[in-house]
Amino acid sequence: MDYEAVIGLEVHAQLLTDSKAFCSCTTRFGNEPNSNTCPICQGMPGVLPVLNRKALEFTVLMAIACNCAINEISRFARKNYYYPDLPKNYQISQYELPVSEHGWVEIETAEGIRRIGITRIHMEEDAGKLIHDERKPLSYVDLNRTGVPLIEIVSEPEIRSPEEASAYLRVLHAILVYLRICDGNMQEGSFRCDANVSIRPRGADYLGVKTELKNMNSFRNVQRALQYEIDRQTEVLTEKGKMIQETRLFDPATGTTASMRGKEQAHDYRYFPDPDLLPLRVDPALVEELRGKLPELPAEKKARFIKQFEIPAYDAGVLTSSRPVAEFFEEVVGLYPVAKRVSNLLMIDPTEEGISRVTPRQVADLLKSVDDGIISGTVARTIYEEMRNSGSDPDVIIKEKGLIQVSDTAELSRVVRQVLDDNPAEVERFFAGKTKLMGFFVGQVMKATKGKGNPAIVNKIVAEELNKRSG
Amino acid sequence: MTAFELSRLLGAKKASCVEITRSVLDRIDAVEAKINSYITVDPEAALQMAAKADAKLASGLGRRLTGIPIAVKDNMCVRGRRTTCASKILENFIPPYDATVVRLIKDEGMVILGKANMDEFAMGSSTETSFWGTTRNPWNLEMIPGGSSGGSAAAVAAGEAIVALGSDTGGSIRLPACFCGVSGMKPTYGSVSRYGLVAYASSLDQIGPIARDVTDLALLLNLVCGHDPADSTSVPREYPDFTSFLDKPIKGMTLGIPREFFAQLQDRDVNRALAETRKVFEDLGAKFVELSLPHLDYGIAAYYVIAPSEASSNLARYDGVKYGHRATKFDGMIDMYSKTRAEGFGNEVKRRIMLGTYALSSGYYDAYYLKAAKIRTLITQDFKKAFESCDAILCPTAPTPPFKIGEKVDDPIQMYLTDVFTIPVNMAGLPGMAIPGGFSEQGLPIGFQLVGSHFEEGRLIQLSSAFQKITDYHLKRPSL
Repeated sequence: MDYEAVIGLEVHAQLLTDSKAFCSCTTRFGNEPNSNTCPICQGMPGVLPVLNRKALEFTVLMAIACNCAINEISRFARKNYYYPDLPKNYQISQYELPVSEHGWVEIETAEGIRRIGITRIHMEEDAGKLIHDERKPLSYVDLNRTGVPLIEIVSEPEIRSPEEASAYLRVLHAILVYLRICDGNMQEGSFRCDANVSIRPRGADYLGVKTELKNMNSFRNVQRALQYEIDRQTEVLTEKGKMIQETRLFDPATGTTASMRGKEQAHDYRYFPDPDLLPLRVDPALVEELRGKLPELPAEKKARFIKQFEIPAYDAGVLTSSRPVAEFFEEVVGLYPVAKRVSNLLMIDPTEEGISRVTPRQVADLLKSVDDGIISGTVARTIYEEMRNSGSDPDVIIKEKGLIQVSDTAELSRVVRQVLDDNPAEVERFFAGKTKLMGFFVGQVMKATKGKGNPAIVNKIVAEELNKRSG
Repeated sequence: MTAFELSRLLGAKKASCVEITRSVLDRIDAVEAKINSYITVDPEAALQMAAKADAKLASGLGRRLTGIPIAVKDNMCVRGRRTTCASKILENFIPPYDATVVRLIKDEGMVILGKANMDEFAMGSSTETSFWGTTRNPWNLEMIPGGSSGGSAAAVAAGEAIVALGSDTGGSIRLPACFCGVSGMKPTYGSVSRYGLVAYASSLDQIGPIARDVTDLALLLNLVCGHDPADSTSVPREYPDFTSFLDKPIKGMTLGIPREFFAQLQDRDVNRALAETRKVFEDLGAKFVELSLPHLDYGIAAYYVIAPSEASSNLARYDGVKYGHRATKFDGMIDMYSKTRAEGFGNEVKRRIMLGTYALSSGYYDAYYLKAAKIRTLITQDFKKAFESCDAILCPTAPTPPFKIGEKVDDPIQMYLTDVFTIPVNMAGLPGMAIPGGFSEQGLPIGFQLVGSHFEEGRLIQLSSAFQKITDYHLKRPSL
């Protein structure tokens, strides 16, 4: 039987607010355990939550970016379960009435653009962390993360392959980082994903029994876990076995999943509206205000780059996957308008790290030096690497390393003659019709001049010298 | 003496705060063993606060209630002082923060005498569920004082405090005020901050004053009412000076008499007292209109779904992990939770946690919690309609006079029925007031209840003040 996978993803993204969702404690990462806490996030008796307005604004921004409808009235609900990292033993979340619903994002697949539906985006608070003593049966609780605002983005079960899942996650990740509402760090858990996956005969209109996958802390692991799980489920069903609904943990070391708890042990969260927080009203005027502030998103930016700068789709995709890189690119183009050459150079290392020590002005100057014949394009790439390491100006590096281009005709003619003398066999084949060897001779000259030969002049002299020898 | 009278003496420099505090502490020494109004009395801290209050008055910074001794129910956090909620599970809990109301009374320069006894986590109508033992009714030591703010009401009645703060979730201020022959008010939900009030049922809990007369209620209400940004359910609005209603005539005002309330009233003493009360209001020029609150019958049932549901979640935090009681012997995390909670909570609290957990469970939520929430809306609409034809509702506070200690403690249903007249007021978030209005043949206090429209505390004060000007029930004191 031919099966198809049905995948839905739940993404939790930590919001980059300065303070927590319901108290004024800082959200800074890495402080002493329990130093970012107060009676409210410690869940002391009698304390009450007050919503952080910034967290709401960030959530609405994401909802707009994901084409969601914003509910004018939404409600916070309590999700009740006992765990020591949850001091109130309930999590403030949203249940029946989330802030936003019914959105979508577009992903690129091998078959073209696909739209993946988003069921809902809602707000909630994060839990703390348990630190286990490895020598004693003892655990410690760190509540620094308790109460940090999160959004949960729930997709429709419309994802059909691990590759699509990964593409969808990358799209969400890029949007969150673009909006500057999440740092997107998967290792530290600022961006986490759980997956629901089932399989069914291709084309069937019902859903199979699903498993929920947890503990996948990279795009790649999400893809691996899903692939493993789809293969496992296919095997179970092919061998006439029966799927059971359960939660499974992914083990990155072995690439496999293992059962964590079955349906019987599933929690009953006893959701009910949180009586400490009034129904939340999102003013349509606020939504419009935020819509106006929405930056150009990755997909739009990519389309514009292709059209406006006439650069290849692949380059545009890479350059726009990071907002700072895309902005850097545009700044360079503002100073040096041959966009294709800017993109060729930046594509050497199109990451935030890659542009961290250079300025747009320096990159523009470097490209101008090529135009002015001071250095060759090849040398420019070497200098660019040096610039990225040291942050020095290109002209300083050119001078220090003696990389100024050789345009002296007499000097270059001497080298060309030497090259032709050294390669009589190639010269003979050239005259026999292998005109492509022209490039070989030019390459040899560039090699001999350590890349400093002015390519235009070298080309001209090679042609002239060959012409002389033809007679 | 009342806070109003003491405040005058202080203003005229005829007494000092320290003297007043000392005399109340002496009274506590004399009668506390009989009454058990307090879980904690802190004479040293009280005298220090009194000395500070004297300094404040001397420097001209005194306010209306500066130097007045007050009892605070033990479910309101006072920084650095034990706050137990009358539960073993918080036996040694010392909050590092003040409840907003506590901050307000401290800023005013009031003198906190101690933490008043109550039903455990405010769950009860008799103060018998306290881990620290029941409070006894100052009028008859064999009787319960009402609950859950029994300690606060008994302290005021017995002269162990001048005024007190209580909290009212289903009648917990009004019932003990009624049973102890003092005046008590549950303000409109959202008018007094709940920050620092240990939650029982968050959508119903409301802090309010208990005092000897309406004047003191108005003074204390002026102090504690107000918007608090730390409580999202606190209503931002201008609150009037409640003392401005004390001397307003009530001639021409209309009192609503809800048919369903009186139909349920079987106690002869209570019936007689209510009839006399009605006569007094008639003499004062009030008019009466009979009206209907058709969903009243469902009030208790709906309350005992909503309040325990919220409680089951609110009380989940008492798990032995962070503060409070933790079982000493346990095997693993889950066992620590169960043993800690089994040891730390009393029977009534456990009963309500179980009720609430059940009502919120998947598959039962719609039938219980959701249905109860709908009934709540219907009750609110009933009242809204009723207030179209009257300024306030006059009805009983309790169906009977105070009953004996132990009489209903093992019969939860009978105990729950004690709150039949007070619960609907919480369900609708309305202000309600309990005012002394007579005595039973046995000499036990009986009172009436006035219920107003949202934020119409002023009208209730106007009515009850007029009543107290020509009656003396509120002036009677128990002999101890």
